[in-house]
Amino acid sequence: MTTPVPGRAFFTRRSLLLAGGALAFSVRPAHAMADELVAAMRAFTGGAATREGRVKLDIEPLVENGNAVPITVTVDSPMTGADHVKQIAVFNQKNPQHDVIVATLSPALAQARLATRIRLATTQQLVAVARLSDGSLWTHTVEVVVTLAACLE
Amino acid sequence: MARTLIQVPPTAKRGDVVEVRTLIAHTMETGYRAGSDGRTLPRDIIRRFSCRFNDELVFSAELHPAIAANPYIAFALRATASGKLTFSWEGDNGLSQTESATLTVT
Repeated sequence: MTTPVPGRAFFTRRSLLLAGGALAFSVRPAHAMADELVAAMRAFTGGAATREGRVKLDIEPLVENGNAVPITVTVDSPMTGADHVKQIAVFNQKNPQHDVIVATLSPALAQARLATRIRLATTQQLVAVARLSDGSLWTHTVEVVVTLAACLE
Repeated sequence: MARTLIQVPPTAKRGDVVEVRTLIAHTMETGYRAGSDGRTLPRDIIRRFSCRFNDELVFSAELHPAIAANPYIAFALRATASGKLTFSWEGDNGLSQTESATLTVT
């Protein structure tokens, strides 16, 4: 069983190191969506594929007071009868409940935009998902640092 | 009855973007906080907000405990015709409140 396999020398130490480095990058990109977010989104998306882009979740990256954090979700859409945003949902990673808001829009709106104030329990990721009238789903993931947490006092 | 604040411009030109901003005074008790006796306070939140323009549903939202106290919701309507905007909030403990505003399109 110890006979050398032809071509085995292909796995030199250098090639293994390079492969390991490439693997590490593919597993954890800069904005990898946390598992909790993926699970929370599944109820909304029904397991359909989502893509990054078209949605912008506007929030301060450094939150001083997690009790009322202003957020604005904007989707790039003309909001006509044929091409509009049907729903916008926001999910969080580390609050006791992952849902934040699910808004249903209509072509009577001038812009696909929603502003509200939310609670954040701790430093975490947030995701905004938009469902367009053609059925496609677009996301934007952001990371926020929270210094004073909500839900504790 | 909870106090509400609704900001809608009274008049707008046809085709303009009408900024609608609403706020309702409500504690949005999450159901996770402890009260002064140490026991968890029961959940008391507003679960649903909706806005109708001339009886047509134009915007609605499902709210969860992660929405801050005194829920503020803002969106942008397109001025197409004059009419009445009706806002309603529904929540735990049978909360149901409706307010209205008029928009005149010139």
